[in-house]
Amino acid sequence: MRPVSYAVPASVDEALAAIADLPGAKFLGGGTNLVDLMREGIEAPDVLVDVTRLPLAEITETADGGLRIGSGVRNTDLAAHPLLRGRYPVVAQAVVMGASGQIRNMATVGGNLLQRTRCLYFYDQAAACNKRERGAGCDAAAGHNRMGAILGASEHCVAVHPSDLAVALVLLDAQVEVVSRSGTRTISVGDFHRLPGQTPDVDTTLAADELVTAVLLPPEPLALRSRYRKVRDRASYAFALVSVAAALEVRDDSVTQVRVALGGVAHKPWRATVLEEQLTGRSATDEEFERAARAELAQAVGGPDTEFKIGLAVRTITATLRRLRDEGGAA
Amino acid sequence: MREAGKGAGAEPREDDVPDLATLSGAGLVSGLRKGDAVTVQSRTTPAVSFTLNGAPIEVAVEAGVSLLDLLRERLDLTGTKKGCNQGACGVCTVLVDGRRVLGCLTLVAQLDAREVTTIEGVGTPEQPHDLQRAFIGADGFQCGYCTSGQICSALGMLRELADGVPSAVAEHVAAQPGSSELEMRERMSGNLCRCGAYNGIVDAIAAYADAAGGHR
Repeated sequence: MRPVSYAVPASVDEALAAIADLPGAKFLGGGTNLVDLMREGIEAPDVLVDVTRLPLAEITETADGGLRIGSGVRNTDLAAHPLLRGRYPVVAQAVVMGASGQIRNMATVGGNLLQRTRCLYFYDQAAACNKRERGAGCDAAAGHNRMGAILGASEHCVAVHPSDLAVALVLLDAQVEVVSRSGTRTISVGDFHRLPGQTPDVDTTLAADELVTAVLLPPEPLALRSRYRKVRDRASYAFALVSVAAALEVRDDSVTQVRVALGGVAHKPWRATVLEEQLTGRSATDEEFERAARAELAQAVGGPDTEFKIGLAVRTITATLRRLRDEGGAA
Repeated sequence: MREAGKGAGAEPREDDVPDLATLSGAGLVSGLRKGDAVTVQSRTTPAVSFTLNGAPIEVAVEAGVSLLDLLRERLDLTGTKKGCNQGACGVCTVLVDGRRVLGCLTLVAQLDAREVTTIEGVGTPEQPHDLQRAFIGADGFQCGYCTSGQICSALGMLRELADGVPSAVAEHVAAQPGSSELEMRERMSGNLCRCGAYNGIVDAIAAYADAAGGHR
């Protein structure tokens, strides 16, 4: 590994000063992604600014009845928190379906959002990758790429975002709180990650000198009727081929509220707005669920290795909505 | 700025060449006024003090060195094994502050004031831990390479179960988790065994948990 130096800021202010003014500085959270990428030579920071000792590891109730989740909260502690499990089951489920027990003990909420794609061509230094080096080309598009994107991809990048947590957060319209020396702002988590376009090397809308300090979950009664379902190549400890976060309210056999977000299919968590629009007000039948899922996936583009994900997404959405309907709101 | 190692009386070492930068705050964040000097010290070989298997230890290694490499290459504690070295196999699992983590992805620099327990701190050949006895009793291994990681992981896992941490196989994530075989298998999925001794591993952990009066 390339030599690197290490700093422990004693305050958020010091962390912001370090990231703004030390050349080549990068924030270090749990290290489960960054340390690996450094070892692979894909990330090469000059200074690691360790933010895990900052007072950012609290989960607190907000005045409006939502939750404020500090960016330094470890994934295990997030999933185990009684208020999160009780009010936002889809988030707790998404977290425990990601990674392994060991990694969840290390990984932070901020780091989870900022983790990079696991596209094998991104990791392979011998392959061309526009995400590693803008303009280099994309060997993944025509390569063996079972994990690739089917929605929102560009000719420059077919990588998918690997987070499960982010998919649940997009479902719930969570906000990401970020600070820099210019002040504090919030970004809707749906706008936090980007589609690749011509600049797939840029994962998020976070500026280089900004620190993620919290995720804000709004109060949302619909979240009580939510679930996360993940389909992967093995039953545990694998990234998603397709994942579905969904919330559903049915009254008198009609869909009164529905939300769906997809993971494993795009460069960002994919909110299924076409489905939501088409299904709201319709009968809560399997046929209507599938019809709306097909309408969402009508814009999908599959390749030889990813065509199967289109049908898989339709079936997984349909099954998740069916289960939520049959449970009648229990989660 | 707190330096790595401060609080343990660690002086910067001769070979520790710090890149010292004095920064000026822009002044818009609370607590920082324009013109305030903020000193940020970063070190290429941070001095770190922590507890290793019950004994205090102080080390100063390059900032990129992992706990796994420190244990094996510099402290000759080779009970912790190296497998994939990229967080995929779980062979290097150790306990930090009682929680199971991966040695290969843990930087030594981050361990200041932590308590680290490796397999050498769990038991000895003369006095094995009850879980180690259970692994022997249930044939919880064949080649043995993954075993120290399996045992450290299982100790951390049982604590998580006792703490009520949910898992992916929960029907209802808000409910207190049970300790079925399915739960054990899911919770141990971060530890691979290429010999395929999984049945024995699950039996060993279950036998230990039962005997410990614990979590089943």
